[in-house]
Amino acid sequence: MYFSEQNKMIRKLAREFAQKELTTEILDQVEESGEFPQEILDKMAKFGFFGIKIPKSLGGSGGDHMSYVICMEEFARVSGVASVYLSAPNSLAGGPLLLSGTDEQIEKYLKPIITGKKKLAFALTEPGAGSDAGGMTTTAVDMGDYYLLNGRKTFITMAPLCDDAVIYAKTDMSKGTRGISAFIVDLKSEGVSLGKNEHKMGLIGCATSDIIMEDVKVPKENRLGEVNKGFSNAMKTLDVGRLGVASQSIGVAQGALDEAIKYAKERKQFGRRIADFQAIAFMIADMATKLEAAKLLVYNAASLMDNKQNASKEASMAKFYASEICNEICAKAVQIHGGYGFIKDYKVERMYRDCRVFTIYEGTSQVQQMVISGMLLKK
Amino acid sequence: MRILVCAKQVPDTNEVKIDPKTGTMIREGVPSILNPDDANALEAALVIKDENPGTEVIVMTMGPPQAAEMLRECLAMGADEAYLLSDRAFGGADTWATSATLAAGIKKVKKVDLVLAGRQAIDGDTAQVGSQIAQRLKMPVVTYVEDIKIEDKKAIVHRQMEDGYEVIEVQLPCLLTCVKELNEPRYMSVGGIMDAYEQPITTWNHEDIGLSPEACGLNASPTQVFRSFSPPAKGVGEMITGTNVSEIAGNLVSKLKEKHII
Repeated sequence: MYFSEQNKMIRKLAREFAQKELTTEILDQVEESGEFPQEILDKMAKFGFFGIKIPKSLGGSGGDHMSYVICMEEFARVSGVASVYLSAPNSLAGGPLLLSGTDEQIEKYLKPIITGKKKLAFALTEPGAGSDAGGMTTTAVDMGDYYLLNGRKTFITMAPLCDDAVIYAKTDMSKGTRGISAFIVDLKSEGVSLGKNEHKMGLIGCATSDIIMEDVKVPKENRLGEVNKGFSNAMKTLDVGRLGVASQSIGVAQGALDEAIKYAKERKQFGRRIADFQAIAFMIADMATKLEAAKLLVYNAASLMDNKQNASKEASMAKFYASEICNEICAKAVQIHGGYGFIKDYKVERMYRDCRVFTIYEGTSQVQQMVISGMLLKK
Repeated sequence: MRILVCAKQVPDTNEVKIDPKTGTMIREGVPSILNPDDANALEAALVIKDENPGTEVIVMTMGPPQAAEMLRECLAMGADEAYLLSDRAFGGADTWATSATLAAGIKKVKKVDLVLAGRQAIDGDTAQVGSQIAQRLKMPVVTYVEDIKIEDKKAIVHRQMEDGYEVIEVQLPCLLTCVKELNEPRYMSVGGIMDAYEQPITTWNHEDIGLSPEACGLNASPTQVFRSFSPPAKGVGEMITGTNVSEIAGNLVSKLKEKHII
């Protein structure tokens, strides 16, 4: 109903790729080492996964939002962290450039991230400005020939692996969110340093750190979009970002449900399969029903975006509901596994940790509720 | 250079289940795939294209209209053109009639320097169609090819043997049947899938390829499948275990005694 023939073939490709490349052995290694294999990232770039919905004219694959959702879903079903790498160029890294980049910026920054030659981070959050992005204190002062940036960005996904970052900074301290501009900053510039790699609960294999800027000179041509229009660039990027996290959520939830069903049919207690106990069977019915509802919310948001309709509310609803039920489904999948679910040898242990951040990053569930209720109540 | 790859859409036999009551294959809900050996043939053509820009890769299949989906997958992997030979008159074809149809299609495509086919299809396992096409097109054929090098007007190929391989030099145009050891088929690409739906798939019926209805399909098939059945499933094996070799051997002996075999 929501899927075109192309979408169906994209799912076939994404499923085959994820299942074949992201083997249990490799995923265990990623958990151990904290590093994701570059060869797999190179392959993802080669087969067009880094520019799914970026137009062909800009070097992308020319797909739609639905294709992006499907790829995220199929990758996340096997590995949460792989879906983070898949998401970055399509969403938080590519988004700001796609929205506001000049031809030169597209050539210099967007194309290399699609081909996997470069990585770019999205840096909005600060120690004192999370949900309240407008409260940021990083400044960018116009010095005539260049901008001078000072401040600290925090929890920046992939920062230690990236070549550049899109940094949002205040160009006018008096104007709140209307005083924010975006800049492309080379992370090797003088004055840029990184914090330590954070020890995260989940999504191991994708380093996250702070970016600290002390008197960093940023060339004028690296300002992304108009002065004081950076906040809108960030928010529009996050609209697509929400769709990405929502798709990750239905993917991980599907993976957890698959595991729970498999285990419930294998595990025997009191002389029968635990799936034959109504308590377990109904738990599975509950998980599957909520997952189906979440999927429809996600597909609906993607379909609206593909039809060029405003989908801010629907994307927020999808992100809110899908991430919440993903946590519920993973928790139940662990419960069905009993003691084994608490052991790293079983996939649900990792899924349970990976999905915890889904209700937090790219707008907490509470921020989504603010967005949704704000739209309903503003009239 | 123009390379034509013969492909077949087959049921994914990994997904096929046997009805325990009737002992027949349950075909419903079984996904269709590009025959694995044909995927190797296509990959070989695409590798030659990667190394020799300007090479055209053409895929041809005989099958029902839904085989177009498989052709789109071939396009999404990187093939340039796709032909579907589809007609009620082609139905019920054995290898003889299939090769007649495909050979007629290839003749109509014209100017083909190399024809690649899979060794055999996983649903029929005959391994006859490739060689028969070569015979009909009066081309040399090498079967079981596990390595291909193109030089000038000839191909130097390794032909797989049970205990080694033959190195064979063959003049172009020729037909090669490919085995899975030849390569690892590539994935489709996201952009390739988008393009595949914008490209035409040329569909030809018996008139288009100049065959009379008597010369194709069931009418032109000297062999007919009388009955197909699955061999009865074997019982579950039992693994004899133990902490060391002598214990395992001991357990085995007691099992055999228990069953009055020794």
